[in-house]
Parts: sequence; structure tokens; C-alpha cells
Amino acid sequence: MKSAAPPADIPADTRLHLYHLQVLIREAEQRAYDLFLENLVKGTSHLSLGQEAIAAGFAAAMQPGDLSFCTYRGHAHTLARGVSVEKVLGELMYRDNGLMRGKGGSMHLTSVEHGVMGSYAIIGAHLCIANGAAWRAQYRGEKDVSTCFFGDGTTNIGAFHEALNFAAIWKLPVVFVCENNLYMEYTLNADVTAVEHPAADRAAAYGLERIVIDGNDADAVYNAAKAAYARARAGEGPSMIECLTYRHSGHSRADPAKYRPAGELEKWKKRDPLKIYRARLESLGVAAAKLTEIEQRAKAEVNAATEACRAAPPPPVDIAFTDVYANGGAAWRN
Amino acid sequence: MAELTYRDAVARGIAQEMERDPDVVCIGEDIAKAGGVFKATWGLFDKFGAKRVCDTPIAEQAILGAAMGAAMTGLKPVAEIMFADFAAVCWDFFANEFPKTRYMTNGQVGVPLVVRLGNGGAARFGAQHSQSVENWCMMIPGLKVVAPSSPVDVVGLMAAAIRDPDPVIFLEHKSLYATKGPVPDGEIVDTLGTAKILRTGRDATILALALMVPRALAAAEELKSKHGIDCEVIDLRSLVPLDTRTILASLGRTHRLFTVEENPRLCGWGAEIVSIVADEAFFDLDGPPVRITTPHIPLPAADNLEDVVLPSVSRIVETVRRSLAS
Ligand SMILES: Cc1ncc(C[n+]2csc(CCOP(=O)(O)OP(=O)(O)O)c2C)c(N)n1
Ligand SMILES: [Mg+2]
Repeated sequence: MKSAAPPADIPADTRLHLYHLQVLIREAEQRAYDLFLENLVKGTSHLSLGQEAIAAGFAAAMQPGDLSFCTYRGHAHTLARGVSVEKVLGELMYRDNGLMRGKGGSMHLTSVEHGVMGSYAIIGAHLCIANGAAWRAQYRGEKDVSTCFFGDGTTNIGAFHEALNFAAIWKLPVVFVCENNLYMEYTLNADVTAVEHPAADRAAAYGLERIVIDGNDADAVYNAAKAAYARARAGEGPSMIECLTYRHSGHSRADPAKYRPAGELEKWKKRDPLKIYRARLESLGVAAAKLTEIEQRAKAEVNAATEACRAAPPPPVDIAFTDVYANGGAAWRN
Repeated sequence: MAELTYRDAVARGIAQEMERDPDVVCIGEDIAKAGGVFKATWGLFDKFGAKRVCDTPIAEQAILGAAMGAAMTGLKPVAEIMFADFAAVCWDFFANEFPKTRYMTNGQVGVPLVVRLGNGGAARFGAQHSQSVENWCMMIPGLKVVAPSSPVDVVGLMAAAIRDPDPVIFLEHKSLYATKGPVPDGEIVDTLGTAKILRTGRDATILALALMVPRALAAAEELKSKHGIDCEVIDLRSLVPLDTRTILASLGRTHRLFTVEENPRLCGWGAEIVSIVADEAFFDLDGPPVRITTPHIPLPAADNLEDVVLPSVSRIVETVRRSLAS
């Protein structure tokens, strides 16, 4: 595993930003869970509790205009790009103030103005789609990089392999990020995978560097992201970064995660990315009061967002019939 | 005015759009240096170069994903899926990714691309290289579905499809590639969702698509000359949007409806049209609407077997004649 030691060259304000993002995601995801228990988040939802450092590290390393392609487990990445908690929770609660006014739901968060080019719920497709955005950048000589986030289980579907080969042969400015949280839905990915590191070992087969990092250390993530973005912007092609992490909750809201061996969650909670980062900042001399202020600010934002969403109306029914086609409507005949 | 093959019309239509819009790019297996396995993209590579006409690995999901991501962010890709049957290995893009993105994002993201597919039978390729997949595509909200029957329509509808802001499935009929027709010089841009009345008549309306169009026209000739039955033949050209106005107006004149469908029978486009007619024009009908289709079977490879199952001129003639006599 690469770069466990905290490098000194991350600016202090970037570190505070990394902490803020992680805390905000933690608070928002926890709130999403609480609202589900209140039956205010309907349908399904997939939380990133425990995986916050990956979303924070990559988003902090991106530049404005860079594009994110997420999965159904995409709240964290959406928030990390600057989308408001209210818009995200509003979408989860199917309110009119939601990011897509309830037309997409938890699994499809999209905010083009923030570079969040969609969250995709069919495993595999969005690696290929991220390639396309990167192809456009390359074709037009634009400098943005596309980042595609996905899980360990996704490395076994055909589209993953099609996308990697394609990105490699065209040297596309795309960064693939595997959030290896050990599990598919309910099955240990190692039980069904031919190699130890499902993303990194496969990347090597496509001529890419084999990169495995500590996904619970935001500094390690940030640095790996920076390096990959520099390569992409220099025209040196795609990267694959496998981030080792663990989800603290079940796969989705319906999952009590009984399949996990005793003690596994506790072990990983000792490596909670927020704990790691708070300790890091303290050891670097950041005042505890500053950290508490960041935490309070995040809590306040989540509280205010929750109240706004509780008060927001459901979407008007006429929008069920809009935006099927570019003319704004749904007509398929004259 | 030039006499062009249907195949050359594909390249002509794409070239016309590539010349006016630098965002138009082509992507697919063997489409660039080799000019396509059906030679429908012949000449584009020489004219526009490797940056805009791109050969890919055999990776249909990678092709359609690349086209989609590029379309979402500003390009207007024209992707080729060699045989329409191969849509099955990248169906996620047809069913889930292209058509739902605009809707799910509340209008934030459009997918303005064209997927060209070599569709249809009568080429003796057997069950996995001969299917007519228009119904697979038609059933998905968010897609547009076009299937031209003549070179001039190929050019004009290709231009319209490329300029269209929605994902358009462009079905090129493999058994029409070698056919010829007049194509005027200069820019041609047609309109999606418009059917064409190719022959007027008083006794019956025959609806057809792609390869079934020349067969319906030949049948109409024979019905007139041998049986005195005067048929109106409409080339639908586009299944989505569907030009129901032209269909219903024709029915209001002829009072009898026949569909000629190459697709296997269940859920064929004709079934949807017959249902529209039953709803909205029932009292215009002087007799039951009749669907002339391929039976609900995989297509056999042998020429004599394929000829028996695909709607033929003689089957159309016989069916119309008997229906009108009874
Ligand atoms: C093509 C496809 N197959 C199966 C599923 C059902 N499914 C949803 S999430 C998931 C597990 C994915 O695991 P992983 O890639 O590790 O991501 P994680 O959920 O752990 O973030 C599965 C099997 C799906 N959405 N799409
Ligand atoms: Mg996983």
C-alpha cells in the first residue's frame, strides 16, 4: 500500500477543507439514515458512512470543471463537489426542493453545475460513460478530467474491462476510483474474485500502474488523486486507484449486514476516517476549537437542510410528464 | 441529382453533417480504415481523419458509453453497432442509460447521439445476424427510432437524427444497402416523425417500414394491375415519433388497414398502431385491421426457409386480396 505517512506538503487550509467535507458527509449520511427510520426517506438509499475520506480527497483535488461520475452510493461524492445538503436530502425525501425534484431519487444524484455528471445504478455502464466525457475533453483540447467512482464488486462485470482497455488505448484523461469496501451487496468480493486487489491487479493487465491506497486516510487519497489528475492533464492517460475502505452501515437501507464476521466492523471503526483525520490535524497543531467549529458548522447545515426539506412540498404531479424528450415533453406521436 | 446506393447515402448523410459541425464524430468497429463491414462509412476516414472517425475494439458497451459521455458533454457522436442483433450485448445503454438520463436528471443532461445499426433479414445470415430489432427500441420511452427505406431518406433522416437533441436509434436495413435511388445535390435535411405516402389509393392503406416498403409497393402494383385493388402505401420511416396523423387520415380515405412488419409477430409496431386505430378510428374501419408479419420464430438461415417466413410480395398480395374479398 502506498503513502501511509502524512505528507507535509498539503496546505493547511486544504486539510481543513478535507476535514470539513468528511464531517459534512458523515452528518448528512447519518441524517439520511435517521430520516429513513422516520419513514421520510422512501425507496432505497446507499450510504457512504466510513468511506468519506475518498469522496473528500478526490473532490478536494479536483479543479472546477472536472467531472464526477458516481454510483447509486453517490451522496458523498455529490456533497463533496459542493451540492447543498438541502438539495441532496430533498431528493432523498422526494420533495420539490430536491436536486432533481424527485425525478431521479437517491441513486441518480446529478448536478451539472457542480460537475456531478450523474449517479448510475446499473453496475459498469458509467465507467464507459466517463470515458466518453474524457474523449470529448481530449477531442476538444479541454483540460478537465473525468473521475469515475465505483465499488470492488464492479470490477467483475464486462463493462469494467471494456472501459479500462478503451481508456488505456486512447490515453483518455479519466481517473477510475475503486472504493474497495470488501463487499458487493452481501457477498465478500474476495470470495468471487480471481485476484487479491480487484481493481489494481486488473489495471496492471491493461498497462496501468498498480495503485492501492489507504482509502480511510484523506491525505493519502488527496495525494493519489493529485498525481492522477496531473498525469491526466499532461496527456499521460488514465489511472486506476484502488482505495481500501469499509462501509459502516449495510449495503442499502434494507441491509442489517448480518453477514459480517464478529469484530470486523469494530476493527474498521478504529480506523474511522474522521477519527484518523481529526487526530492528524490535532497532531499538526490545529486547535481543537477550530475542529469543533467545523463540526458545529456541518451539524448546523444538516439541521437547517433537514428543516427546509421537512417543510418542502412534494413535487407537482405534472413534472412526471416532462423532460422525456428535449422538447420538454413526453409525446411520442402526433 | 445523383443515383446513390443506400449504403453510399449513409456516408453522404454523415459527411454532410460532419462538414457543417465539428462536434460530429463517428465511432465503431471497423468503421474507419476499413470503411465499415457493410462499407456504409466508406470514405469518411479519408475525408475527416482518425480524430473524427474512430475504430474501436470489439466492445459494444465501451462504444456506446463513449458516445454517451461525449454526447452528454457536447459532442454529437454517431456510433455504429455492426449488426443490430448485437444491441443485446449493450442493451443497458438502449434501455437504461440513453433514454432515462434527461428525465432522471430533471432535464439537466441530454444525450444527443445517433446509434446506427445494420438491421433486418433477407441476407441469409441466420437467427443471430438477421433480426429486426425496431420493436426492442420502440418500447423504450426516451428513444427515437428511425428506419429509412430509400437513399434519399437515409441522407435526410441521418441529418435530422444527428441534429436531433435526443438519442436516435437509426436502423439501416442490411438488405437495402445495395439498392439505388435518386438523391438531389446539396444539403438535405428531413424531419423525424414524418411518414411518407409513397402511393395513393382508395381501397386500403398498407403501412410498411424499411425492407418491407419496396415489397409493399410491388404488392400494391400487382394488386392494382391483376386484381383492380387500389392501395395506398405509407412508409412510416420513423416509429418514434410516430406520425399517427398521416396514418389516421389515410384510413379515413381507404377504411382498411394492413401492416407489413418484418419483426417477429409479438408486440410488433403494427400491434401498437392497430391499437391506436381501434381507439381512435374504429368507425373508419370497414373491416378488421390485418397484420402481415414474420411469424413468432427465430429466423432460419436457409434462403428458401427465410423467404417463406419474411413477408413477401405474394403474401401481401394474397392477404390483401382475400381480406378485401371476404
Ligand atoms: C448490472 C447490475 N447487476 C447487479 C446490480 C445489483 N447491485 C447493486 S449494488 C451491487 C453491489 C455492488 O458492489 P460494489 O461494486 O462493491 O459497490 P458497493 O455497493 O460496495 O459500493 C449489486 C450487485 C446492479 N445494480 N447492476
Ligand atoms: Mg463494495
